[in-house]
Amino acid sequence: MTPLLQVQNVAKFYGARIGCTDVSFDLYPGEVMGIVGESGSGKSTLLNSLAGHLPPDQGEVIFDTRANGPVDTVTMSEPERRMLSRTDWAFVHQHARDGLRMSVSAGGNIGERLMAVGDRHYGGIRAQAADWLGRVEISESRIDDRPSAFSGGMQQRLQIARNLVTGPRLVFMDEPTGGLDVSVQARLLDLLRGLVREMGLSAIIVTHDLAVVRLLADRLMVMKDGRVVETGLTDQVLDDPQHGYTQLLVSSVLQV
Amino acid sequence: MMIELNNVSKSFTLHNQGSAVIPVMENATLSVKPGECVGLTGASGAGKSTLMRVIYGNYLAASGSVMVDGVDVAKAEPREILTLRGETLGYVSQFLRVVPRVPALDVVAEPLLAVGTPLEQARDTAASLLAQLNIPERLWNLSPTTFSGGEQQRVNIARGFAYGYPALLLDEPTASLDAQNRATVLGLIEGAKARGAAIIGIFHDETARQQVCDRFVDVSGFAPQAAA
Repeated sequence: MTPLLQVQNVAKFYGARIGCTDVSFDLYPGEVMGIVGESGSGKSTLLNSLAGHLPPDQGEVIFDTRANGPVDTVTMSEPERRMLSRTDWAFVHQHARDGLRMSVSAGGNIGERLMAVGDRHYGGIRAQAADWLGRVEISESRIDDRPSAFSGGMQQRLQIARNLVTGPRLVFMDEPTGGLDVSVQARLLDLLRGLVREMGLSAIIVTHDLAVVRLLADRLMVMKDGRVVETGLTDQVLDDPQHGYTQLLVSSVLQV
Repeated sequence: MMIELNNVSKSFTLHNQGSAVIPVMENATLSVKPGECVGLTGASGAGKSTLMRVIYGNYLAASGSVMVDGVDVAKAEPREILTLRGETLGYVSQFLRVVPRVPALDVVAEPLLAVGTPLEQARDTAASLLAQLNIPERLWNLSPTTFSGGEQQRVNIARGFAYGYPALLLDEPTASLDAQNRATVLGLIEGAKARGAAIIGIFHDETARQQVCDRFVDVSGFAPQAAA
């Protein structure tokens, strides 16, 4: 099986400071990988470098494209990369406002991505938007409301709908449940798990919440000071951490 | 052999507590063939559950090989272990860990859905197991997070037996069950053996142990030799 994403020696520096360095891994179709570490460990820098939001200073990010097979997305042309980020890639931001157009209706937010890939039939777009609102548990009656009238949890679910409507194969998520209260978090996690399984998505999820990765991720990468200190099967890394930093991280979680 | 352990050792290194190394297992060698049930014995803390976690890939073996259906769990890639867990190796732990909000019926049906069983069929199987294990039907659509300890344990067992795993690890499946439910669980274990599953179990209940186990392995034999 060809990996969907092959990351080789990716590094990003901010001047002399290390953002992240020496990062290599393969992600296979249907696999969900969690990246954990404390604030400043380089996990968001890495995610943004992989997703094409920040140009990495070193390394290759090879994606198995539908048309041409494995292609290095770091060196591909800007229009090609933009097309990729509208079709096969999706990016779920921590703050829904960063991923949504707040002045456009909920239906318009979902439809926009469809139109970006060439969909032009208004009725068809609206029907798909309505279908996706249902899948993320937002009432269809809210289709013409702006996201600014939505609660935080609803905005986050709308952002997910907007991202998944084009049937991407790889989803990047930056703290998707951050800032939401726990009951909303549980609902979102349940929803994401269902979608990942139904659609056979691959995903890379950055979070500092170990409970989130335990439920969502197949495997884990633990980062500290811009470097990967441990990788492995999620429950193995959490239940039998090998690196001192991971042991500290796991033992610091408060029990409820 | 379905499950074959060779010279497996396990130790924990506590980096944040003076890098103390705690050896917990040495030279564990054990094999189980299809249709056989091996009972692990030994005092509390002797390492029975640890051994199971090493086989399930939850704990990383320090050395040796842990072969399950031809895959060395001690060295396999995460996705190989996940495939093994999905298709071959089941584990009924002592505690149920579930996503909040998911109904009991779906918790039990999940292993079947993971191998591609159609939803209706998976739910039918789940329903019949929950009924056999005396979980009242009015609870099936509720999340087991709110259930009593005994009910959670039975949901956990139903989940473990929903799909016919060729290899099964059972960590005290009959603990905290009343006589009737214990009999049901022992029946499920015998059924699994009859269809050829290789089973490793921990049973504190002497009669349960005698009824389903073909032989016993005392894990005290795998205890590290204390440095003199």
